[in-house]
This record gives sequence, structure tokens and C-alpha cells, in this order.
Amino acid sequence: MSVADYEVVIGLEVHVQLATRSKIFSWSSAAFGGEPNTHTDPVCLGLPGTLPVLNRAAVDSAVRLGLAAGCTIRRRCRFARKHFFYPDLPKGFQISQFDEPICDGGAIKFRLHGEPHEVALTRIHLEEDTGKNIHAAAGVSFVDYNRAGVPLCEIVSEPNIRSAEEAAEYVRAVRSLVRYLGIGDGNMEEGSLRCDANVSLRVRGAAAYGTKAEIKNMNSFKNVRDAIEHEVKRQATLLDRGERVAQETRLWDPARGVTQSMRSKESAHDYRYFPEPDLPPLVVTEQQLTDFRAALPELPEDRFARYTGPGGLTPQDAGVLIADHEIAGYFDAVVAAGAPPKRAANWVINEVLARVSHIPDLAFDNPGLEVGPSALAELINLIEDGTLSGKLAKDVFARMWTERRTAGDLVKAEGLAQVSDGAALEEICKRIVAAHPEEAARVQSSPKLIGFFVGAVMKETGGKGNPKAINDILKRLLGS
Amino acid sequence: MIDVRGLTALAVADGVRVGKWRARDVVEPYLDRIAQLDGALGCYLRVDADGARRQADAVDAACKGGRDPGPLAGIPLGIKDIFCTRGVETTCASKILRGFVPPYESTVTARLGAAGAVALGKLNMDEFAMGSSTENSAFQPTRNPWSPAHVPGGSSGGSAAAVAASLCAGATGTDTGGSIRQPAALCGVVGVKPTYGRVSRYGVIAFASSLDHPGPFGRTVEDAAALLEVMSGLDPLDATSIPQPVGGYRQAARSGREGLAGVRLGVPQEYFQPGMDPEVETAVRAAIDELARAGAQIVPVSLPHTKYAIATYYLICTAEASSNLARYDGVRYGHRAEQVRSLEELYTHTRGEGFGAEPKRRIMLGAYVLRAGYYEAYYGKALRARRKIADDFSAAFAACDAIVTPTSPVPAFKFGERTADPLAMYLADVYTVAPDLAGIPALSQPCGLTRAGLPIGLQTIGPALGEEICFRVAGAFEARTDWHTRLPPEPAL
Repeated sequence: MSVADYEVVIGLEVHVQLATRSKIFSWSSAAFGGEPNTHTDPVCLGLPGTLPVLNRAAVDSAVRLGLAAGCTIRRRCRFARKHFFYPDLPKGFQISQFDEPICDGGAIKFRLHGEPHEVALTRIHLEEDTGKNIHAAAGVSFVDYNRAGVPLCEIVSEPNIRSAEEAAEYVRAVRSLVRYLGIGDGNMEEGSLRCDANVSLRVRGAAAYGTKAEIKNMNSFKNVRDAIEHEVKRQATLLDRGERVAQETRLWDPARGVTQSMRSKESAHDYRYFPEPDLPPLVVTEQQLTDFRAALPELPEDRFARYTGPGGLTPQDAGVLIADHEIAGYFDAVVAAGAPPKRAANWVINEVLARVSHIPDLAFDNPGLEVGPSALAELINLIEDGTLSGKLAKDVFARMWTERRTAGDLVKAEGLAQVSDGAALEEICKRIVAAHPEEAARVQSSPKLIGFFVGAVMKETGGKGNPKAINDILKRLLGS
Repeated sequence: MIDVRGLTALAVADGVRVGKWRARDVVEPYLDRIAQLDGALGCYLRVDADGARRQADAVDAACKGGRDPGPLAGIPLGIKDIFCTRGVETTCASKILRGFVPPYESTVTARLGAAGAVALGKLNMDEFAMGSSTENSAFQPTRNPWSPAHVPGGSSGGSAAAVAASLCAGATGTDTGGSIRQPAALCGVVGVKPTYGRVSRYGVIAFASSLDHPGPFGRTVEDAAALLEVMSGLDPLDATSIPQPVGGYRQAARSGREGLAGVRLGVPQEYFQPGMDPEVETAVRAAIDELARAGAQIVPVSLPHTKYAIATYYLICTAEASSNLARYDGVRYGHRAEQVRSLEELYTHTRGEGFGAEPKRRIMLGAYVLRAGYYEAYYGKALRARRKIADDFSAAFAACDAIVTPTSPVPAFKFGERTADPLAMYLADVYTVAPDLAGIPALSQPCGLTRAGLPIGLQTIGPALGEEICFRVAGAFEARTDWHTRLPPEPAL
């Protein structure tokens, strides 16, 4: 059999760090980085006698995420202790949620191959992050507890994902949603968005699931896709040979492009879950749900629908713009400043995005941004009213970016305004036609030669001639 | 020098507040007594003489400067070694925490200190508060001041013995299954377990989180009331602490002197069963008669699920203990095993060397109770039984205002008498665990002595947040009897 004979079954667990100021159960900073063990306090270090107190900001983030994903929000739920021994886990248990997650059901919506698509969710729950072990040298390890107690939302999908590409797009959509809601930065490289994949294969048409392997350590969308693709091939090869897939955790090694066995699940821990006695039940009121629902921002798929409405953008352009809320926000601001949407989309996608390496810099109120939305709208409007030619506009934009000058200022100071004055252009056209009698004679038989004359006139005007006006004059003079 | 033997905590504070004596003049004789007598008793694991003098001097400076030194001005307290004290080693009487110096203060000790109390040092206890005799301390036995051959009870045995022997004027304790009331009864002092959440657990090293109740020990009912008033109240650092205003406990204790007219006292038949020491039964029945003479109406009540209390308690407390004690892994603080070859060995050796037999037993029981697939059969069922036990009390309090029972079925037992049989030791908690499971307040006070001269305790149980009725009943009994004035013999030097 080949890979195509198997159905791929993928379920994803995405951990999203919530960008709260303090930790989920204590007061030290939840910010990324910092000198090791400086973002700590007695509670997140699990010192004896200390107690967790829930940070409601983390709950608010989880509820907003749940509402955005269409989940059912539990009005009352509990935290549970999940026990295992590891040096980066200060209490010997992680405070998580077990049988009472804060959100049930829901779905993540995105487009796959241009078509609307959704992946159903099992649940979203809140938990605390662990610290980090740092293996310094043989036999020497350090532990940094800065991350211990940073709030996490774990988003668990149903095992409904059928390809590596779908998995990667799903993760991209989760990241986009998290960033739209402003509840996290979704940075996979820094680990503020982490993804584990449960992958199994079954012969097409089979009802029962195959044995799954859990893949960890995929810290980019590309990793997600590559790791799952590799894992699918690995399992297909095993099954073809009549061997069985071991239930285990495997680590993706991006350098070697393979997954490697980390530990066997069969000998894995019994987590001995029980309700966290130090925290009373978590209650979310109807009023809070109403308020959060009313305050939800426009979500990616709603934005997509708005952009692609009648007379709107192509699905491709709309897809690029909605990928990040900062890009979409920037685009919206350009349009709000008076630029026509299609032209604005072209400029944002082809010129702005080509120059921005850090998407969050596009925040439209970022004073450090080289060309803000209103400056871009001004440039576009100069093209629209014929003041600036499309060709020159690209150079003007480049200078706006590097010199931080406005389009109007550059056009005026550099004399870049388009020459649309009929008499002046006519004068130049006549001169050019007269200088090229042979070509003029052949225009009747080869109409393409008109382009030669337009180019020559344009050169004469220093690129400032209005191409349409030049074209019209030349056609008249050459009788074509 | 002031003779502090038998001195009440409030007498100390009143003296300091009116300028009769300085706090420092009270602290010194206590420190002297500890130096002279505690070698024989073993109440203290650590004496912080310098810290105590510093705090006393601060109280005296406040008085001298015309500032209010606080309601507990100059009261020398012993602190159970389960309370974290900033800068002072806190071990929970366990080798695994030897050398642990907390960088923070428990809410209870912080509040006591802010009210002018002076901490003399850290008191012995059963390791991680697991036990009923203080024999499970990893460091030393504590002797009952009334008879050195007998245990002081536990787990707050050091606290009860120190108050009884006047090695402090009051003490802190914690009660998970009776660990304040049982040693209070066995040492002839007053001990109070308040409503769950009334006193913050922040900085109190956890044994069984849903059952741990910090509370006070005093020589008199009003001493204990005064300490509890200061210890109580909402704490933003403990999510299970409760916001209701703190009652007037001292006032309630004093009001008992006016008698108990209109008060209905329930006597549960289930608490007078075979196995009770006859001398205990006689003394407790006499005490109930005395309360009737004070004007209380005695009504029979039934707590039918009492027979499940011990089993329920040991399922819940072991489960929670196995979880709470998981953090002692040798990575960050306390004991760490030497010469280990792997992470696995670091854990197993550290915990194997650091924990005593009782914590190990409870960790194993608790891990068993919580193992996957058996949650409902054990922990889930225990939670349902716990609800039934609480419902019993709610039903009983429809017919009475407070319930009176013996605190312990037996007076103090001898060292080693029960250590060989953990189950027999667990049964020592038979009358005290139910109020812990229900989270309701209960108080123990002295109500007699056996012919052998060992104290007997009377327990008063109130409804949730009914501390005041407990103090009123206890205050009435104390006003009509003199058991609280009896002092144990001075230890032989």
C-alpha cells in the first residue's frame, strides 16, 4: 500500500501563553525572557505554605478565546492538580483543568485551498506553564522558573485533521485568532504558542483509529507541516511492513528532518488528577459573558467576508490581509483615509509587506512606522487624481519609506508631478514623430510600434508624462 | 522578676498596655523558663531569643512613643513549626525541610506580630502535622507536662504542652483532624479550630488543604478568643479565606459569665460509645450537667454518619497529603540526597531519607486513593460521605445552638503505646475529625482530671461561623469551674 491508501488522523493540542501582566496564580511578571529566576515569587516557586490565587485576567482571555471559537463557556468549573515529578515543575503537580474545562466544543474556522473550512474543538482549558530545564554540561543542569506559572490556554482539537497542510493552516488560524483577540503574541519561536500533534493512520474506510504517536517540538508552521508529513510516511512504512506503531512521544528534529522516540506512553505517568482544593470553583457570570461577547473584535473570517463582498478584493488578497490583525488594521486605516480598497490592497501587499519584517510594527498607531496608513492613502490619491504616475509612485514610496517624507512633499519638492498639459505634450510628441519618420511610416502595419513612441516621449518628459494623454496624442498624430 | 507561671495572655497584654510592666520584662522570664525547663519537656524546636527581644522592644518603644502597641501587646507566643516565619528556620518537624528558612511570613504570624504579640520560637509537632501524639516529630519527643511518661497529643503537641507548662502565654496550632483540640484536651488548655476559611492558610505548610485549619491555644477561653480575633479575617493570599466580618469572640467569651439561658446544647448519642474511657465519660457528663445548671437546655441530637468520619477523613487527608508533599524533591530547598546518579535517584533518595514513616505511609495511601480509574471508588465516595457528615451537623443545628462532646475518648496515653498500631492512633481522632470534615468551628477546654492527674477535654462544636456560640458556652463553663486554673507540676530539673 502507499500513503494514499491510509487515512491520516491528526488531533492537535495547541498551548497558547496568555499575555497577562502577572502569572496565573501569583504576582510575579509573566513577561517572556528576563535573567533566569528573576520573574519569580514564593507562590510560583511552590515554596511550602504558599497558595495559588487565580488571576482573573487569564480567565477573561480564555473566555474571550472560547467565545471567538464558538465554544460553550462553563458558568462554573474547577481546576485540578496533575501530578508528575520534573525539576521544572516546582510543586510536583501542575494546576490545570481536567474534567471541568472552562470551554467545551467550538471550532476554528479558516480557509483551506481557498474554501471555507473548520476544525472542531474538544475543549479549551486553563493551566499554568512549567519552568525550563537548561542542560549546561554533562551532569549539570539548571532550572529557570521565570516561565513557571505563566498562564496557558490549551486548545484541544478533535481528531478531525486529515493532512499535514491542514494541521499547519489550523495552527496558523489559531495564532491569528489569538492575536486578533490580543490575548497573546502567538510567537512559535519564543514558545508562546506551542503545538503537539497526535498522529495515527488507518486504512481508508476503517472505523477504528490506529495507534497514535504524539509529536512534540514543532516551533514553526513549517515544522508542523514537515514533522507530520514525515511521521505519516514513517507510520505508513511500518504498517506496510506489517509492523505496529508504538504509542509514544516523538520529538521532531528539524535539522535532521525526522521524528525520534522520546518516551513510551505505555510506561507513562498516572497523573492522579483531583480537584485543586486551594482554589474555589471558577464562576463566570452571564453578565460577563454578555459583556465579553459585545466587546469581541471583528474576527478573521468575518473580516474576510467583508473584504470579499460585492466589488471587493480577490480571495487571495483578502487572505493575505486578514492573516494578521495588524495588517488588516493597517489596510482598513488606508481605506478609511480615502484610498480605493483594491488599489490600497495592492500597495499594502506588494510594497508595505515587502518592507516590514516584524508584523506588529504595522500597528496603525505606531509612531515609529516608516509609512503610516494615512501617508500611503495620500500617495494613492495622488495617483488616482493623475498627479503622479504609477511608475514614479513606486519610487516615491521607496523614498517615503527611507526618508520619511510625505508623498505630497516629495512630488512638490522634486517636481515629480505628472505632465498632463496637452500643449506641452503635443509639442514633444510632434518632435519625436518627426525624428523617427521610418517608424512612423510602419505604425500602420505594426501597431505595437506605438509603444516605441510612448517610451520615447516618456523619456523626454523624465517619466512625468501622463501615459494616457501621450497615447491619445500619438495615436492622433500617427493616424493609427 | 515577674512570675509568669499560670499567667494569662490577656493579663500580660493588659499589664503592658497600662504600663504595669514592659514587654521585655515579660519576655525574659519566659525565655528563662524555656532555658530551664524545656530540656525536660521538648516543646521547642528552636528558640528565637533575639527576635523575641527585638519584638518586645518594639512594643515597648510604641508604648513609650504614645502609640497603640496593639491588642496583644507583649504576649509571648509559641509558634507551631508549620507556620512559615521570615528568616527563622521552619521545618514542619521534618528532616526534609531542615535548613529551610522562608523568605516570607505566614499571614497568621504576621497578623499576630502586627497586634503586638512576640514570637518566642518554633514548637514541636508531628512531622507535617501527621499524628496524634507528637511522636512522629523527626527531631524530638515532647512530654506531657502533667506526666512525663505520657504524650501531649498531637499534632500540635508542642503548642499544647508549652501553654500548659507556661513556656509561652499562648500558641498557634493547626487542626486537620483534631490537631489543636486533641492536644489541648490532653494537656489541659484551651484550643480552637475555627470555621474553614476563617483563618488564612497562607504560609502554613500544607498537610491536607481542604482540612487544614490554623487556630489558637490559650490558657483561658478569653485568651484563645483574643488570639483568634487577630488571626481571623479575609486574606487576599488565600483564595479559600472568607470575607464575612470577624465576630466579637472576646465579648462572646465574657458573655458566657451571664449564663446560658435560652441556649440549646445538643448531645450526640454517637459520641458516647464503647471504647470511651469511663473517667472521660464521667467528667464530660458532669460538665454537661454544669452547663445545664448555667441555664442551657440539653437536647439529644443524632449525627448518624459519624461512623464514616474516620474512613472519610483518612481517604481525603492522605490524597491531599500525597499531592501537597510532592514538592519536596530536593531540587530547590530543604534536604537533598548526596551521591545520586540520576534524576530518579535524586527524587527517591531525597524523599526516602527526608520523610519519616508516617508521611511515607500517607503519601503511599494517598497515591493509591488517587490512582487513575479509582478516583470515584475512593476520593469521590469520600467527598460524598463528607457531604453527608456536614449535612448531619446542619440537621442537628436546626434543633440546637451548639453541640457538646468529649474531645478525645481517652486521656493522654504513654509513649510507644500506640505507635506500633497506626489504626489505633488514627482512632484517637474519632471525636475531632467530623468538625474538620464539615469545616465548622469547635473548641476544646479542660473539664477535669483523671485520678492519675491527666487532663480531660470538653469539646463545643458550633455551626459554620458560629465561633461566638462556642466561646459563649466555653466561657460559661469556665466561669463556673476552676479546671483552667489548675497547673501541671513543674518539671523536675
